[in-house]
Amino acid sequence: MIAAARLRLTNIRKSFGATQALKNVSLEIGPGEVHALIGENGAGKSTLMKVLSGAHAADAGTMELAGQRYLPDNPNDARLKGVAMIYQELNLALHLSAQENILLGAESARFGWINRRASRDRAQAALSQLGHGGLDLNRLVGDFSIAEQQVIEIARALLTQPHVLIMDEPTSSLTQADTEKLFLTIDRLRTRGVSVIYISHFLEECRRIADRYTVLKDGETVGSGEMKDASLDRIVTMMTGREVKDLYPRTARKPGPVVLEVKAAANFPRLKQAGFQLRAGEIFGLGGLIGAGRTDLLRAIFALDKLDDGEVVVVGSESDRASARSRWRQGVGFLSENRKEEGLMLNQSIADNLTLTKMSAFGRFGFVNGGRQRDTATRWVSDLRVKCRDCSQAIGELSGGNQQKVAFARLLEHPARIFLLDEPTRGIDVGSKAQIYQLVSELAAAGKAVVVVSSYLPELLGLCDTIGVMCRGELTAVRPRSEWNEAGIMRAATGGA
Amino acid sequence: MNATLKNLLAKAGPFIGLVLVIVLFAIPGETREFFLTYNNFKIIFTQTVIVAIGALGMTLIIVSGGIDLSVGSAIALTSVVGAMLIRHGWGPASVLPAVILAGGVVGLLNGLAIAGLRMTPFIITLGTLGIARGTAKWLADNQTVNYDASPINGWMTTIDPFSRSLPTGVWVAILLAVLTSILMRHTVFGRHIFAIGSNEATARLCGIPTTRLKILIYTVAGCFFGLAGLFQLSRLRQGDPTVAVGLELDVIAAVIIGGASLNGGVGTVLGSMIGALIMAVLRNGSQQMGWPTYFQEIIIGLVIIVAVFVDRLRRSPGA
Repeated sequence: MIAAARLRLTNIRKSFGATQALKNVSLEIGPGEVHALIGENGAGKSTLMKVLSGAHAADAGTMELAGQRYLPDNPNDARLKGVAMIYQELNLALHLSAQENILLGAESARFGWINRRASRDRAQAALSQLGHGGLDLNRLVGDFSIAEQQVIEIARALLTQPHVLIMDEPTSSLTQADTEKLFLTIDRLRTRGVSVIYISHFLEECRRIADRYTVLKDGETVGSGEMKDASLDRIVTMMTGREVKDLYPRTARKPGPVVLEVKAAANFPRLKQAGFQLRAGEIFGLGGLIGAGRTDLLRAIFALDKLDDGEVVVVGSESDRASARSRWRQGVGFLSENRKEEGLMLNQSIADNLTLTKMSAFGRFGFVNGGRQRDTATRWVSDLRVKCRDCSQAIGELSGGNQQKVAFARLLEHPARIFLLDEPTRGIDVGSKAQIYQLVSELAAAGKAVVVVSSYLPELLGLCDTIGVMCRGELTAVRPRSEWNEAGIMRAATGGA
Repeated sequence: MNATLKNLLAKAGPFIGLVLVIVLFAIPGETREFFLTYNNFKIIFTQTVIVAIGALGMTLIIVSGGIDLSVGSAIALTSVVGAMLIRHGWGPASVLPAVILAGGVVGLLNGLAIAGLRMTPFIITLGTLGIARGTAKWLADNQTVNYDASPINGWMTTIDPFSRSLPTGVWVAILLAVLTSILMRHTVFGRHIFAIGSNEATARLCGIPTTRLKILIYTVAGCFFGLAGLFQLSRLRQGDPTVAVGLELDVIAAVIIGGASLNGGVGTVLGSMIGALIMAVLRNGSQQMGWPTYFQEIIIGLVIIVAVFVDRLRRSPGA
């Protein structure tokens, strides 16, 4: 027990109907401490954060903030009492400037007139505290990168002088380099005495940045302590309740003939020049910073975007037509990095999402045989252990990991022989991640060809046979995995190869 | 509330609304005598035909994530075209396909403009609303198009107004509703309409030819509007270029009251038909109560808001 805890939660309980989301959670955080909150999806992290940020009221248990009883009525009340939250999906008005966003709802004004000078000074001060005083306050937020937008949101949170700042998956859409910058920002918050609750699926990150940790499992605190005393294996064991041995299984596979050839593909301005060959039975990794053109390359291969220059050849296909429709016919499948906006139809059923590429195969004369479609979907749901009521459930109701499994099953069912996977494990729990790594390895062993885009270096190095790194729209370096390490990839990605 | 009950309620929601409206009008003394009689329902059904057939086309469009504001004008235009053809001596067997085709052409142009110019359906069809109305007035030389007689005039009535049989138009609407429902639920075309409305990016990613599909949807819907125009012609027994002003709002309201979402991906034919009936019952009941038309307009406006609000409560998670 910390003597002078900044925040202390004791025996928090919260039920929704018959579901006990939080059974017994206790948490203690000291001033200026970065505290990692770890747990699989569904362990109760989000519910706990909603209780803490005032969105839900706890059924039982006590909360203390700086020695005082803390009972927020709503998120705004929580903010005023000193608990601010940065959500995974940023809450910014993209059409307003950085300054307007930072001061949103707390404008310096008199009789309704904005005081420009005071506004500017306050926004500037907040950014400077974070070490980002150089950001242009007049630029529209939509024109900033995701990492910069996040800084702007943190600056907004700092305006109310928070005691505790909660960050939910802050690095999920950041590159390695931006993650490093975020860590510097968190360090600054720490030295200013702000306590940070850091929620992340990336255990390596938690280990680097956090002082202490708490692990939740099934709505209960199952462990907590000093980060430096805990090994990753121990934390993973606490999270899952079972031992995870081999996150990146290596199946026996040997590269076969070339199945996909990309020759000097370009789609200006974001994709300048990229060429590589993909073999059957090969897992090809694409590393690089966000915005380096990796997604643009995949989209160009899949003919979702037109090529300005160069050529994409799917070996063994008769037609050289380039459209997403013909790519599916040629046996190429694409898994989007953006499940919600592009990958899935959230209000439609699991079955419809799974079979969308080949609806007409389930019937004749333009009719769809719903029974056969359901049987197929049910088989994949049980094969991949997708947690759902049944395959007629709307996919938007599932967790991220389960959604991703269905999105993946679409490619398996089609069936594809060339898999283009864009950030296949983004924002999903450890268990689903392990399952997707297993699937990808099995695919390669069965002679399928896989391209994986990933910003997560351990994943690239653990999973892939060959790794190519992109930098500013160009695929600069392609080498076997054995010739790469994390530092090498980062150098190539930042143009220092 | 458990999942099955909630599911049942979600499906039966518009139907419960319809029963409620009917019961409300069956109670007062002014209407008790006549309201719940077969003959009154025959009138209500007949009055629903045009909006119902329009709502079938609109259901396709709204489920696909689009909207069509040009329905009223398209109905006026096709009714003028039909009247002119009859005046030229065409028989019903050739007027019928010609008018449907005319509606289809308006829909095709809408679809081509929306998919080809990549503009929002709201803007394009706001434009065609004016264009089709103007064309109708131009063709008709700014007056009604009269003709001697045609069997088409009998499609919205029965020979003996007090007979038990229903007019042809009602049967056509029922048959089309069944066919459209099958089209939406059991065909690849129907599933693709839901897909494009639920998430167009996903549909494109999954190889669905979204441009072609959109053009097809607006064309098919246009054919429905053309047919609705023919029944409009049958009802008035003349082609009137100024008819059906604002009818698109009734048609859209029927689809929305029936549970469809303007965001696309949600909606049923049955719901839209019940939505069309709810509005017809409200009109009919208000008339019998002796309420002025402005009062009917206010009530229908309120019903739209309440229906969508209740729908949102029903769909909200954890309700």
